[in-house]
Amino acid sequence: MAELEVIPENPVEQFLRMERIPHIWCAGCGIGTSVNCFARALIESKVDLDKVAIVSGIGCTGRVAGYLKLDSFHTTHGRAIPFATGLKLANPKLKVIVYSGDGDLFAIGGNHFIHAARRNLDLVIICVNNLIYAMTGGQVAPTTPISALSSTTPYGCYEPPFNLPQLAEAAGATYVARWTTFHVRQLARSMKEALNKEGFSFIEIISPCPTLYQRRNRMGDGLDAMKFYKQRSKIRNGAPTSEVAFDINSDIIVGKFVDRTRPTLLGTMHHQLRERLGEKYACVEEVACH
Amino acid sequence: MAKGSVSIIVERCKGCGFCVEFCPTKVLALSSAFNSKGYHPPYVVAPEKCSGCDLCGMYCPDFAIYGWKIPSNGKPGEDSEDEE
Ligand code: SF4
Ligand code: SF4
Repeated sequence: MAELEVIPENPVEQFLRMERIPHIWCAGCGIGTSVNCFARALIESKVDLDKVAIVSGIGCTGRVAGYLKLDSFHTTHGRAIPFATGLKLANPKLKVIVYSGDGDLFAIGGNHFIHAARRNLDLVIICVNNLIYAMTGGQVAPTTPISALSSTTPYGCYEPPFNLPQLAEAAGATYVARWTTFHVRQLARSMKEALNKEGFSFIEIISPCPTLYQRRNRMGDGLDAMKFYKQRSKIRNGAPTSEVAFDINSDIIVGKFVDRTRPTLLGTMHHQLRERLGEKYACVEEVACH
Repeated sequence: MAKGSVSIIVERCKGCGFCVEFCPTKVLALSSAFNSKGYHPPYVVAPEKCSGCDLCGMYCPDFAIYGWKIPSNGKPGEDSEDEE
């Protein structure tokens, strides 16, 4: 056995702005774990890093865009998808990834999400779902489970939450998966598949927030949440999304639920305009900046 | 002979314990010592059991630990096929 000369570096570091590390996420927060999976997916998918753009909204997960050493865009609250839409339409060669939280993407940004899915714009949407608005102080979100305590539902939440995979599928997403931060290998594989797929892809990541969700709901620390995911998750690839609603009191259904093909927005746009305008139509892909 | 090894960046650790809990071969334990932020970082208790699977590296929310395969030719990273 020859002596090791070089110790390899942590594979995630090549994708991080190391001068900004350590990051601000709390001890036991799951967002950093999701970033590890994303780093592995970037390596495995072999995407050209010069043609990748990361877009985040505001929130704890919104910080991801600031930590990744890729072209990145930290936008206004809820508007990550509109900014991403502009990037993609102006330069269709980019692989545009929206990395944001449940509050950002599904409350303030809910309409943007359904319309981008309906159009089947070629985007990868990665949603870290910690069941709450974390950075802004633990307010109720459209993903907060029934009866959970939050700073704005001190007597328990009484609004039913969104079933995010079903919402994504119904709106038109072509790839829909859900994992928890316990499922690191599966999550990295789904991210890789989404990076290599054309169309609107959506990945939900159930993730611990020990500071603002779990403390108030007496659910322990980050490790307790991870053990809970391990114990309560059931992998059901291909499960009908109508059956996967997240309920804190029953099994967490995880897996790849949807993987289908639909014409993309740019594809249908070129088709329609070419049909109507013929020679006069200059395809945006041919004139886009490189 | 261990098939892998693990590197720990003690000062980055926030003591969440994910790596200790989920290492499939129980290579790690949380130290009773503190790092300068006041957290208990992991340390290696069973180096010979490390497969270099890098699950600890995928779990670590603070990028403070990672595993790697020790290749037979002495150069890391060349025959690092992951087992699922
Ligand atoms: S508040 Fe919650 S989501 Fe935000 S960094 Fe802390 S644990 Fe993570
Ligand atoms: S590389 Fe794998 S076996 Fe080695 S310490 Fe990390 S999790 Fe355990």
